[in-house]
Amino acid sequence: MAASTILFFLFGGLAVLGALSLILQRHPIHSALSLILVMASLAVLYLLLGAEFIAAIQVIVYAGAIMVLFVMVIMLLNAGEEERTSLSRTARVVGLPVAGLLLAEVCYLLYRAWPADTVVEADRFLGRTGPIGRLLFTDFVLPFELTSVLILIAVLGAVVLAKKEL
Amino acid sequence: MTDWIARHPDLVFAAIKVVICLFLLLTAVAYMTWVERKLIAHIQSRWGPHRVGPHGLLQPLADGLKNLFKEDIIPAGVTSRFVYLLAPFLAVSLSLLAVAVIPFGPEPVEVWGARTGLYIADINIGLLFVLAVTSLGVYSIALAGWSSNSKYPLLGGLRSSAQMVSYEIALTLSVIGVLLLAGTLSLREIVLAQTGHWGGMVPRWYIFPQFIAFLCFFISGVAETSRAPFDLPEAETELVAGFHTEYSSMKFVMFFMAEYSHMIVTSLVASLLFLGGWLSPFPATEFWGWTRYLPVALAGALGAVLLVDAVRHRPLWHRFIMSVLGLGCLGVAALLATQETLLAVVQGPFWLLGKTAVFLFIFIWTRATLPRFRYDQLMAFGWKFLVPLAVLNIVVTSFLVAWRAG
Repeated sequence: MAASTILFFLFGGLAVLGALSLILQRHPIHSALSLILVMASLAVLYLLLGAEFIAAIQVIVYAGAIMVLFVMVIMLLNAGEEERTSLSRTARVVGLPVAGLLLAEVCYLLYRAWPADTVVEADRFLGRTGPIGRLLFTDFVLPFELTSVLILIAVLGAVVLAKKEL
Repeated sequence: MTDWIARHPDLVFAAIKVVICLFLLLTAVAYMTWVERKLIAHIQSRWGPHRVGPHGLLQPLADGLKNLFKEDIIPAGVTSRFVYLLAPFLAVSLSLLAVAVIPFGPEPVEVWGARTGLYIADINIGLLFVLAVTSLGVYSIALAGWSSNSKYPLLGGLRSSAQMVSYEIALTLSVIGVLLLAGTLSLREIVLAQTGHWGGMVPRWYIFPQFIAFLCFFISGVAETSRAPFDLPEAETELVAGFHTEYSSMKFVMFFMAEYSHMIVTSLVASLLFLGGWLSPFPATEFWGWTRYLPVALAGALGAVLLVDAVRHRPLWHRFIMSVLGLGCLGVAALLATQETLLAVVQGPFWLLGKTAVFLFIFIWTRATLPRFRYDQLMAFGWKFLVPLAVLNIVVTSFLVAWRAG
């Protein structure tokens, strides 16, 4: 088995384990740490595809900025351990089968769209810095700028909400 | 086994380089504490450590042993044992990780018939890797503060995560000016883009066209490492010791090591980005040819000074240590003077480490000179001065780059 395959299964497994632990942990900080593990593993998976830039941005933005805010909020609110409740009857009878059905549906659709085993080849993936920048500022310049404006509005809204009188 | 090694020379070289780099970095970290205490002492007209060994040279070893044998206490009230133990581990491993992408020299050197570069890894996104690793460093402090379950660490942790997140923005923005000029994220290529001299005299280092970016980078670098005057996370007069109040023994040492290696990495990156990394400041002309013997001169002079100084020391074993060090330096000088290939290999690391030493000196100098910021001053300075200045620098630089490209 090639080294990249071993690494894929290692970090893919870590991502799945982290996601499971995110849901199953009872303490919010432990859940947040599991989410960081998921994001770091995803970054490694991007790296395996040859998408270095996306991998680095994944770590810097998600693990380095957004999750820091999560952790800070949890620390500030001093959130304690959650109560664990058993599944209600509706959830057991209706929820679980529907969730399973949805999962099966998604898997089926994915399989029908890309039946081959190899979908992305490492070297043909446009994850390098140059191509991404070129795409962002030519083909996708309108969505890019719209998103920036949207984020700016969100920031302004946060400032207005936080500071009642300016 | 030998078969496997022969088929994977890269892996073997990488492993050897990792070991060498870690050894050098950890030694440097240990001796930075000595340098810092000595320098600050002399700035303040004191002696500094001078009991353990000649000039207190064995002080780091004594400190290390002392901390190793201290009782390792885990307070009964920690919120989560796992997180409490994870925090110092994260701190030290993340701050050591960044050295992996630092290039120490220009081209691959030949060792035992195989070619290998003077870096552990040369990746296309070297700079982003360093930024990513430093951005993760916040967790160690935040988690340490939270898991200690005590009010001073919590306040220190909160302060420091807010500070690091804020100054990270200025740090990242200030780098963009350099990236615009160099057109690459690879640290090796950024250094190579600084080759040459203006008018045959002034080196084409980015500190000259990007002086504002350099100021922003270095100030936010100092803030990122939580060093004075930005050492609010551990302001002892108000927070006892900040986030590491509840840590003892080796766990405390790990935070300490993280801070010092973070300092070294910031200085290394600053010299790579703004001072031309391993490039010599002198033009590569016949006239300046003698400058390649500067490493020899430095080692020789150091050896001579140490030998002369050895006579001055009273206890015999102090004299012995000093003479061994002096003879060692002279030996290195002789080796460099006679072995032409070795001298060529040493050029890059010599200049890079020399520039790094300048930055480390400034780190310590500011700590000895400046009083600590107030918290609101710190935030106002970061958000209302450094970030706008860095943005302005990006705008001006990109206009100039676009204008020059036509």
